[in-house]
Amino acid sequence: MKNLKNMLILGAGTAGTIMANHLRKKVDRSSWRIQIVDEQPGHYYQPGFLFMPFGIYTEKDVIKPKRRFIPRGVEYVEASVERIDAEKNRVRLANGSELPYDVLIIATGTHPMPSETEGMEGGDWRKRVHDFYSYEGARALAAKMRDWNGGRLVVHISEMPIKCPVAPLEFSFLADSWLRQRGLRDKTEIVYVTPLSGAFTKPIASGILNHLLDEKRIQVVNDFNIARVDNEKHKIVSWDEKEVEFDLLVTVPVNMGAAMVERSGLGDELNYVPTDKHTLQSRQHKNIFVIGDATDVPTSKAGSVAHFEAEVLTENILNFIRGEPLHSRFDGHANCFIESGRNKGFLLDFNYNLEPVPGKFPFPAFGPLTLLGESRLNHWSKRAFKWAYWHLLLKARPIPFVDHNMSLAGKKIPPGVLKAEATT
Amino acid sequence: MPQKQIAGTTVEVNEEGYLTNNAQWNRDVALVLAGELGIELTDAHWRVLDFIDKDFKEKGVVPGMRRMNKVGGIPTKDLYALFPDGPIKKAALIAGYPKPASCV
Repeated sequence: MKNLKNMLILGAGTAGTIMANHLRKKVDRSSWRIQIVDEQPGHYYQPGFLFMPFGIYTEKDVIKPKRRFIPRGVEYVEASVERIDAEKNRVRLANGSELPYDVLIIATGTHPMPSETEGMEGGDWRKRVHDFYSYEGARALAAKMRDWNGGRLVVHISEMPIKCPVAPLEFSFLADSWLRQRGLRDKTEIVYVTPLSGAFTKPIASGILNHLLDEKRIQVVNDFNIARVDNEKHKIVSWDEKEVEFDLLVTVPVNMGAAMVERSGLGDELNYVPTDKHTLQSRQHKNIFVIGDATDVPTSKAGSVAHFEAEVLTENILNFIRGEPLHSRFDGHANCFIESGRNKGFLLDFNYNLEPVPGKFPFPAFGPLTLLGESRLNHWSKRAFKWAYWHLLLKARPIPFVDHNMSLAGKKIPPGVLKAEATT
Repeated sequence: MPQKQIAGTTVEVNEEGYLTNNAQWNRDVALVLAGELGIELTDAHWRVLDFIDKDFKEKGVVPGMRRMNKVGGIPTKDLYALFPDGPIKKAALIAGYPKPASCV
């Protein structure tokens, strides 16, 4: 019997699952064994966590078994990874066994780490201090919101980068609508606290969307780098001693890559793996590739990015195993729906070289979706996307009309905004 | 992009005063940009600016606070003392790099 070579995927979240499906279709299984490792059995539809605190989605909407989305022909290994031994091309599992690989794909994502901020997991944790970046957190916050009777609601980002960077703002917009529906809006102050210089940091988007903050009476505190949570006085304090008091703090804790990346000596200061931003090959090891939230590439950490990266990475892995140069290039493309409350939303489509701009998507003039403009169709498309996620995206079925390379068609781009392609 | 004359050099800046082309930056430009922010550059300031320059060339983004601490060896308290009130966005401006930003 011929000796099979090993293709190993670490992580069966969005990115890992999509890769398992792509590779199963395209890699010659008479030469290659494909395995995927994950430590916990539930696959979460993470965009759904935003809706749980408002009772729009419940637990059953956001979780399904991971195995269901891994195709036959890819071996699912339920285990924790202890570390990657890149010099020996082996992965050691927590149970002591080892998985050799010829090609490794790191898809272990990013996770909220409240313990990274002093006091965050103190007396107020899951009582007055909540997060919706985890299943447990979203459930706990849903219970808290049901009992809300007014006060100071502070929505907060601990440190950048975070996955889905606009979600805290979406939470603020949805909270405004939800509170109005319950007659609690006038009894609630909503304060958005960010380490960035504003709620919006891109000039074009800022010009178009800033009015939403005034309209929805959302106060913004900028340049706030949190040092600690004061659980006695119920306030957050920054490194330069600025303070924001809260009755309810909905925070996005520090996001970090998997701890096993650090144990493997492969990560940066946030446990992200240095990755070539175009080829998705590890910058340190030729036979290691990285996809999704686990990379350090300078675009958003978002599901759509993982989807577009997967198309590029599949081609590059095929090149790699054939000894060819890597031909496919990822352009940083992200395509994200943003809830703005009252059954409306807006759509962003951007990449490494172009910030979000207005226009129509995917077809010029016709659309039907509106870029950087509020519409009901955008909102309902985001809600409909849940079906597409489980049935098309995860299974690497093609999503029509949207290429992994961002298209300029339909976009209104002011002069000088489209960055030139770098020569490196 | 609007242009400005700084220390005898023509530089392109955006509406917030950030240079849009780092190739046009030099240390004299930095002195003027710092002065406009009320900051006189000392060796301690230059340690920060030099680290931002080196790191941007490697990662393609201005380093965050944690990276400044762990990789740059520059404590947060020092950053606030050198560049008060929004230290990284100020240091990035003086170093001729973009303002730290999100996707939108």
